[in-house]
Amino acid sequence: MSTPLISARGLTKKFGDFTAVNGIDFDVYKGESFGFLGPNGAGKSTAMRIIGATSQRTSGTISILGKDPEINGPQIRAHLGVVPQQDNLDMQLSVTENLYIYGRYFGLPRKFVKQKVEELLAFAQLEEKRDAKVENLSGGMKRRLTIARALVSEPEILMLDEPTTGLDPQARHILWDRLFRLKEQGVTLLITTHFMDEAEQLCDRLIVMDKGSIMAEGSPATLIKDYSSKEVLELRFGSDRNQAVADQLRSMCERIEELPDRVLMYTEDGEELLERVYAANLHPKTSLVRRSSLEDVFLRLTGRTLIE
Amino acid sequence: MSIINIRQGSLVLVDAAKVQSRGAIYVAQARIRQMMKWIWMILGIAIANPVLYLISVGIGLGGLIDKSVGSAGVDGVKYLTFLAPALLAQAAIQGTMDETVFPTLEGFKWHKTFYSMNSTPLTGTQISYGVFLTALFRAFYTVVLYFIVMWLFGAVNSPRAWLAIPTAIFAGASFGALMQALAGRLEDENIFFVVLGRFVMMPLFMFSGTFFPLTSMPFFLQWIGWISPLWHATELGRHLTYGHEVSPTMVWVHFIFLGIMLVAGLFFSARIFTKRLAK
Repeated sequence: MSTPLISARGLTKKFGDFTAVNGIDFDVYKGESFGFLGPNGAGKSTAMRIIGATSQRTSGTISILGKDPEINGPQIRAHLGVVPQQDNLDMQLSVTENLYIYGRYFGLPRKFVKQKVEELLAFAQLEEKRDAKVENLSGGMKRRLTIARALVSEPEILMLDEPTTGLDPQARHILWDRLFRLKEQGVTLLITTHFMDEAEQLCDRLIVMDKGSIMAEGSPATLIKDYSSKEVLELRFGSDRNQAVADQLRSMCERIEELPDRVLMYTEDGEELLERVYAANLHPKTSLVRRSSLEDVFLRLTGRTLIE
Repeated sequence: MSIINIRQGSLVLVDAAKVQSRGAIYVAQARIRQMMKWIWMILGIAIANPVLYLISVGIGLGGLIDKSVGSAGVDGVKYLTFLAPALLAQAAIQGTMDETVFPTLEGFKWHKTFYSMNSTPLTGTQISYGVFLTALFRAFYTVVLYFIVMWLFGAVNSPRAWLAIPTAIFAGASFGALMQALAGRLEDENIFFVVLGRFVMMPLFMFSGTFFPLTSMPFFLQWIGWISPLWHATELGRHLTYGHEVSPTMVWVHFIFLGIMLVAGLFFSARIFTKRLAK
């Protein structure tokens, strides 16, 4: 493989006694879509701020586009497009003005930025809102504008911190579609998320983080293969009975997880297992057979769910 | 309409060295664009302020004073001539304060726009200089407008009166730079505004030799003037506009005091901005 665009070894960030990022190693290659999956507080955003060359590491090494962010912050940031978790748009200015001034911050010529703004308005489907004050936009529109803004300089690496948190399903799908298009153009994507479906949809490769450390690394498919079974049978017996039947269920498959509201049974064949459950005279109130997901990987690795 | 043009990529498009040399100007351009959203209000205040002051203090109180002191004048001149350099400096100070404190709070706290600027090649130092440049611009036109209103009121009666314009802007710059550094450290602005308004701005305005010579105040209160940029600028302004007596040493003292305040303010503000953005 070619040399990585981003390469970190033993990357650590401490805030006083608290270790937000605890000695992580990873490499990101050109054109790939790389994800950080983990619950809130896992250290994903802190890692992103270090890669974004705005926050300095406490120890370890990191190289971005062959440069050290501690020495060459502005030179690195010149080639990044950053979408922070919280939209930090200029509320007083219009949609167009927000894109325009941001382009100017990169030293881009006026004429180029003006042209680019038109292109980005179309990309973000905000043409009708071009003169609207940002204050008056919906959450989804603001998010799309923040992403469009990050693209004004045609960055080599686009960094998205929780890109779809707080968006409705339709807005999420529009956004995912836009991100796919960028990937097709060769833009390297860096995404943090606590949504497993988003990670599965968008990431070629990802690291699973918890409490500042990396729990596992790989493509969504390999992670699922390595840390979970092919299928999952979800059973609900009612919150008072789940625990009582758990011991009986445990002997019927490789692994089970008891959650407060349901029991998850890991198996290669969900339907067959369900038949055996009925044959054992256990009658769940509801049952569901589904494919294993990254949520199951996370549960296996940490004993906790992603969204708590 | 074609949506996606040919992608050139930031490696071709972006010149980080250009931003390194002109970043503060880009920040100032964006700030001025924002200021334009409020420009009628700012101009309204910039004009209403001197009009109200000149009517009440200049014509009202001034008329009374001029009558009672007779041809001796206040410090040898008409009261308005005496007052003008101080009012101009005060207007500059108020203007730079508004244009440094509010944008800094907005940038770090209210809308976090400084963080978005800092995700481009711009540095904390450039952001702080850009905000400051904009404040300087506002001080400039505020003072010029103030001066024009004074002239219309017939309050400009020394051929060198315009020299109070640069001294006023100097005071505004010094105070603004310091305020910007302070605002950069603020986590909770509510108490700050109460303290600033009641215990800093008000005494500075009243006790800086603005309305009467500093020496006519009790000695134990005169120190307020000594540490006030308003007093230093007013002394310089009076010296330049109508020859108010200031020893050459004191001229230097005034310049150096304001200069140190300016340089220190800019230095700390750049440092504080950089540190807070990297947190």
